Amino acid sequence: MLEVRDVSFLVSEEGRKKKILDKISFKVRPGEFLVVTGPNGGGKSSLAKIIMGLAKQTRGKILLNGEDISELSIPQRAQKGISFSFQQPVKFKGLTVYDLLNIANGEMISPEEAEKILKQVGLPAEEYLNREVNGKLSGGELKRIEIAMILARNSELLIFDEPEAGIDLWSFDDLVKVFRKLHREGKTIIVISHQERILKIADRIMILKKGRIFKLNEARKVLPKIQGSEDEF
Amino acid sequence: MNFNEYEQEIFCEVTGTSEPPKGAYNFRVNGKSVGRKSSKNINIVSKKDVSGLEIYINPGTIDESVHIPVAISATGLKETVYNDFHVGEGADVTIVAGCGIYNCGPVDSVHDGIHRFFVGKGAKVRYIEKHYGFGPGRGGRILNPVTEVFLEEGAEAELVMEQIKGVDSTIRKTVATLGRRAKLVVKERLMTHGRQKAESIYEVSLDGEDASSTIASRSVAQDVSEQIFRSKIVGNNKCRGHSECDAIIMDQARVLAVPSLDAASVDAELIHEAAIGKIAGEQLEKLMTLGLSRAEAESQIINGFLK
Repeated sequence: MLEVRDVSFLVSEEGRKKKILDKISFKVRPGEFLVVTGPNGGGKSSLAKIIMGLAKQTRGKILLNGEDISELSIPQRAQKGISFSFQQPVKFKGLTVYDLLNIANGEMISPEEAEKILKQVGLPAEEYLNREVNGKLSGGELKRIEIAMILARNSELLIFDEPEAGIDLWSFDDLVKVFRKLHREGKTIIVISHQERILKIADRIMILKKGRIFKLNEARKVLPKIQGSEDEF
Repeated sequence: MNFNEYEQEIFCEVTGTSEPPKGAYNFRVNGKSVGRKSSKNINIVSKKDVSGLEIYINPGTIDESVHIPVAISATGLKETVYNDFHVGEGADVTIVAGCGIYNCGPVDSVHDGIHRFFVGKGAKVRYIEKHYGFGPGRGGRILNPVTEVFLEEGAEAELVMEQIKGVDSTIRKTVATLGRRAKLVVKERLMTHGRQKAESIYEVSLDGEDASSTIASRSVAQDVSEQIFRSKIVGNNKCRGHSECDAIIMDQARVLAVPSLDAASVDAELIHEAAIGKIAGEQLEKLMTLGLSRAEAESQIINGFLK
């Protein structure tokens, strides 16, 4: 189980402190699918990065299965079973899709296993396995490779920061299928998203607004309010 | 052929195998040829006036190879070697060369290798050159290769040149002259560390109509090492030339890129791209989210970049 306890996050902006997150507390159950949504600048991505260790909270704690991981490094958290899909996929000159899947998995995987993973994100292995993950790939292709790395990693807690961003050719249906499958497999999933189709498959939805939890409840209770009123955001 | 453990390591690094190569070869250790084999289509003979080889590849020779690795394990040895490759019309061959220096003493060891390629009409050459150095001595491991390529009509040459480890100082000069419809591709991979210095110089003359060249250099400069990349492409006809210098700079290293394009024909299309920068923070962060330490992530990025 993941617990975010009393977390605040301040940044310096033009010499002044700006509060991005303000005393956030919540828990995510094992196997739960939580979607974090809300207006831009509300602190969603910062929250995701703090859980992964990519940003450091100003106060508060992050606990994973009861263990305080607040001071652990990024790789230490990864080894504890947290994966993170970046909103802006990273390019690597010289590293191929297969290289990255192997790094993600931690061991050499067979080309057949890699093919299965790539198939889930709609990429034909024969075309992509040995492709360099560089600027010649489109944003949509890079995004799918980013998600494929998460699948190869097979972690328990999966964090996706706006997975729908940049998905051009690949349909949302396939992305939603991936999430459903991971959910069925019992993975704990946190997705930062604005997409209604992703919100609809969540167990719970959190609305973050101005750095605070505006709402956190079962999806069926939160969703009608989001759909019904622009003001909810 | 009997080699000591250092020579064995050098040949393994340079040729990529510990087995004797198939096809023609000449192994040179500490200034002497210690093993040579010609083949039906490839004849290797010693030069008469200077140290080095004449290598004759018959016209139409297909899918054959020549290995001419060099090892220096005697500290303080300084040599200049001249090797000429005469590649007959329509041949399609692979040439593996390169030099490794093991230096355990206080005096510099130096190998200057001058290779000239005369590539006949329609012939194709893939040239793989690796340079490598190691050893505990204070003496430098110095390699200064000169590669001259003359491509006749429709000839093609692909030069893969690597210097990944242990060479203290190098000036690497490559000069190419291309005839009609000739094609040159150069892939350079270079890594310097410590106080090493490396200078790569490329001078390409696209003389023939529809000649084309691509020079792609990727390098990593670590510690306080210094690298200079100089490229000059001259377009004397309707032609296409492209050079690309891509460097990762780390620590207190220095990288200088000096590209030069000289179009002497209105139909010459010449392009140069250069990028020098540190490893991007997001690349490190991405690999760290996959469980790698910072050092492991750096290593993966560098190895991939130089692959």
